[in-house]
Amino acid sequence: MSWRRYFRRAAWDAERRAELDAHIAHEIDDNIARGMSLAAARTAAHRKLGNPALIREDIYRMNTIRWLESVWQDARYAARVLRRSRAFAVVAILSLTLGIGANTAIFGLIEAVRLRTLPVPHPETLVAVNVDSHGWGRTGEFVGRFGRMTNPLWERLRTERDLLPQPFAWGVQQFDLADGGESQPVDGLWVSGEFFDTLGVRPAAGRLIRHDDDSRGCPTPVAVLSHGFWQRQYGGAPDAVGRTLRVYGVPMTIAGVSEPRFTGLDVGRNFDVAIPLCAEAVVRGNRSRLNRADSWWLVVMARLAPGVTAEALSPKLAARSATVFAATAPATYTTTDKEHYLQFTLTAAGAARGVSGLRTNYEQPLWLLLGIAGAVLVIACGNLANLMLARARAREREIAVRLAIGASRGRVLRQLVVESVLLSAVGAVLGAALAGVLGRALVALIGTPGTTYFVDLELNWRVLGFVGLLALVTSALFGVLPAVRAARTPPRAMLSGGRGTSEGRERVLARRLLVVGQVALSLVLLVGALLFVVTLRNLQAADTGMQTAGVVVAEFDSRRSQIADERRPEFERQFMQRLAAIPGVEAVSPVAIVPMNGNTWNDAIVVDGKPSQIYPNINRVGPAFFDVLGIPLVAGRLFTVQDTPSAPRVAIVNEAFGRAFYNTPTPLNQEFRFDVPAGEPNPPYQIVGVVRNTKYSDSRDEFGPLVFLADSQATRWTVFLSTVLRTRPGAALTPALIAATREVDPRIVVSVQTIESQMQGALVRERLMATLSGFFGALASLLAAVGLYGLMAYLVARRRFEIGLRLALGAEPRRVLSMMIRESAVLVVIGLVIGAGLAWLTTGWAATLLFGLEPKDPVLFASAALALAAMALAASFIPALRASRLDPTTALRAE
Amino acid sequence: MGKRGTPTLQEDFLQGTLDVLILRTLVLGPAHGHTIASVIEHSSEDVLRVEHGSLYPALHRLEDRGWIASEWGVSDNNRKARFYKLTRAGRRELADQTSRWETMARAVTRILRPAVGAKGSRP
Repeated sequence: MSWRRYFRRAAWDAERRAELDAHIAHEIDDNIARGMSLAAARTAAHRKLGNPALIREDIYRMNTIRWLESVWQDARYAARVLRRSRAFAVVAILSLTLGIGANTAIFGLIEAVRLRTLPVPHPETLVAVNVDSHGWGRTGEFVGRFGRMTNPLWERLRTERDLLPQPFAWGVQQFDLADGGESQPVDGLWVSGEFFDTLGVRPAAGRLIRHDDDSRGCPTPVAVLSHGFWQRQYGGAPDAVGRTLRVYGVPMTIAGVSEPRFTGLDVGRNFDVAIPLCAEAVVRGNRSRLNRADSWWLVVMARLAPGVTAEALSPKLAARSATVFAATAPATYTTTDKEHYLQFTLTAAGAARGVSGLRTNYEQPLWLLLGIAGAVLVIACGNLANLMLARARAREREIAVRLAIGASRGRVLRQLVVESVLLSAVGAVLGAALAGVLGRALVALIGTPGTTYFVDLELNWRVLGFVGLLALVTSALFGVLPAVRAARTPPRAMLSGGRGTSEGRERVLARRLLVVGQVALSLVLLVGALLFVVTLRNLQAADTGMQTAGVVVAEFDSRRSQIADERRPEFERQFMQRLAAIPGVEAVSPVAIVPMNGNTWNDAIVVDGKPSQIYPNINRVGPAFFDVLGIPLVAGRLFTVQDTPSAPRVAIVNEAFGRAFYNTPTPLNQEFRFDVPAGEPNPPYQIVGVVRNTKYSDSRDEFGPLVFLADSQATRWTVFLSTVLRTRPGAALTPALIAATREVDPRIVVSVQTIESQMQGALVRERLMATLSGFFGALASLLAAVGLYGLMAYLVARRRFEIGLRLALGAEPRRVLSMMIRESAVLVVIGLVIGAGLAWLTTGWAATLLFGLEPKDPVLFASAALALAAMALAASFIPALRASRLDPTTALRAE
Repeated sequence: MGKRGTPTLQEDFLQGTLDVLILRTLVLGPAHGHTIASVIEHSSEDVLRVEHGSLYPALHRLEDRGWIASEWGVSDNNRKARFYKLTRAGRRELADQTSRWETMARAVTRILRPAVGAKGSRP
């Protein structure tokens, strides 16, 4: 086809004109030759050819992209129409932008943590090797967010090359870069020598950790920085490579920087510094985990040959398990633990998407939030549909004229649909832009002081596809129905003028149904919001058995000080005295497991010669611990200075411990032992005191059996010292604590927090759900109320005449008021019933995220319905009141 | 090429007819629009009346398909006119269309004849 006709239409058209003129001239010639007069010949010629302009149009349109062109025309017309009704356009675009933006932000996060594969070559060939403990659970020490494997297991698995051709291991932990004073935690990554090469990560500067960097002994420890950390900490300076970085005070040479897109295999977190596994022994010295078969701190992964799947690998790994576990069984295990360990099996799971704590914790809440935000968008679309219907009525004449002068219904329909598509498209573009901001805010909301999540929220094809889908769905939701209706109405009925009477009925029914749907959906969202708000309140108000307000947690790391083990008890005693002397500190106690920070320590005990089935939780504390946390003594005594290592072992237990093991809340003077491997010393512990029940690691827990051992009777010492301090309100303690620590030993690193901020950090997910679902629930109710208000105002306007007549004939205004209210009440009640049914069916999905209440709590359902009903009443009251105050004369005269 | 919606069978049929007639006319040599219209009318003994208005869209359609080519020239009447001539593809198309026409005409004739004959045998 000739493209000239589009780009040089004028010239093309002139040529057609000349051709048709020539045709006419020839016809005139012929006609004259037949003996006609010139005038007659000309008329006849023109009559025979027809309208030249129409012929030119015909030719122009023939075989052209006319459809596209007229859509463009429609779009321009729609833009003009919308510019004219600016208020409507602004409301529509604003609600679509917010709705699409919120949905896209949540979807973007889901895409990043759930759907996207790792940014390394061939992520689909990666598998993770896991231990299936068959429900017995693994015993030992668990370090970091992914304590799945021990180093002896890893060293054994890396030799099984027939099953795992390209294995590698890694672990995450906070590294401390401080040499003394306040701690400088960074997100650390332990990597085996194969890690970067096997993954195919490239350096952005220098080189990455290689196979020969990771050998036992680690003669020259090296470190690799992430691109983000390099930019943040070194300003991206090229000479950072080769400089020295001190990790836990141990100097390491910076070998290089990893490429920007690689942020580690823990999706949602970013690593700062990576060091080889062998450096662990350098950093931790005689406490190294490299030879400990009961210290779980690594993730073992492998790249498989193309075509081999995790499913195919798992049975082979299971078959190899017996030999692997037999070769690595920890010597420190009790007989039972060892028996279980030998029966563990290895399994493989695809790891194309990495591993992710963010995914584990937030995937379900995010899908739920997406559903909630989606429902809000649907409700908002309901209001837009209402507005469109109202507009369609206002534009009936325009449409009637267009139909009457020959526009096809299809053409009018397309015009109206293009209008809504245009609105949705603008909303989608703005929404996609807004989603970036909202998504970052969402990620920040999930983070806690100690935990910064890092999610790369890119606008990739999946996210853009989602935005496009939303634009289509929304425009269909609010645009198509009103458009079909408007285009279907017979032009005569509309042109005949006056108010429509019967033809409006169907449309009002549609609007009523819309409001019913909106009320129903908002009730579901409101019930959900209340469930999460009550959950958060329950957790915040949950009785921990302790007075946590004003309690500060200070943790000290003295590994750089080289204090001999035998000097530690004395060092600790002096250190405690120094801390207690800080102004504002009322009491201070060392503590092995800081309460409510998620850490646990439990073990089997032996009562009357039998190992227990229940494992009580354990803590080791100083005498002032119960004072610091306000735990009341029920019977017996607290720890004293007489409880020395040489004195008989003593224990303080809680009431739950007594009930669990002795059938009495106060088992004073009873004795028990711990279940230790044969051959180890196993002294008896005498219960000298009983305290009130307290929670141990998490506010969601029940009060369980708990035993406290005396810090003064500890036989093993570590370089870490955790303390809890009761402080006077308002005391700025951190600087004083750091100063006091420096005074004792400038090489000690200290970090300070309050126990409550730790507890709040554990409730981030609940707070997120309560905040967002509460916001969306309130928004949904508001939107539904606006929808109801719009409908009622419309109904009143439509029935002006009727109401005026009733009033003129003597109806009391009160009766008119109640008539209108009744009309809206019917809709609201139907909506509430449907909504309650929907909520009943759906709240079960959230059951695992709730605390302290049932998902089908009838009181909560009733209060949500009441709240919504009250809002609906308020929304319909104003138009109803206006109806009852109508001046009959004006209403009737207007007709 | 874009399509102009779906023409009815009848439209399609007539349009196809006009196309064949134009191609057939041009076998005799290049001609301008007015000549083509006159030739079709005269050679069909005025049975097929060409609506002059529909001739030009048809010419452009054929040109777009590459069956005919055009250029400006001077007519017998000494007037400027756009002359159309058959291309090689147009000749092939004409041959195709002609044989298709003949097949169809035979088939239609065969169907119609027995129907006329059978008329009397049915009550």
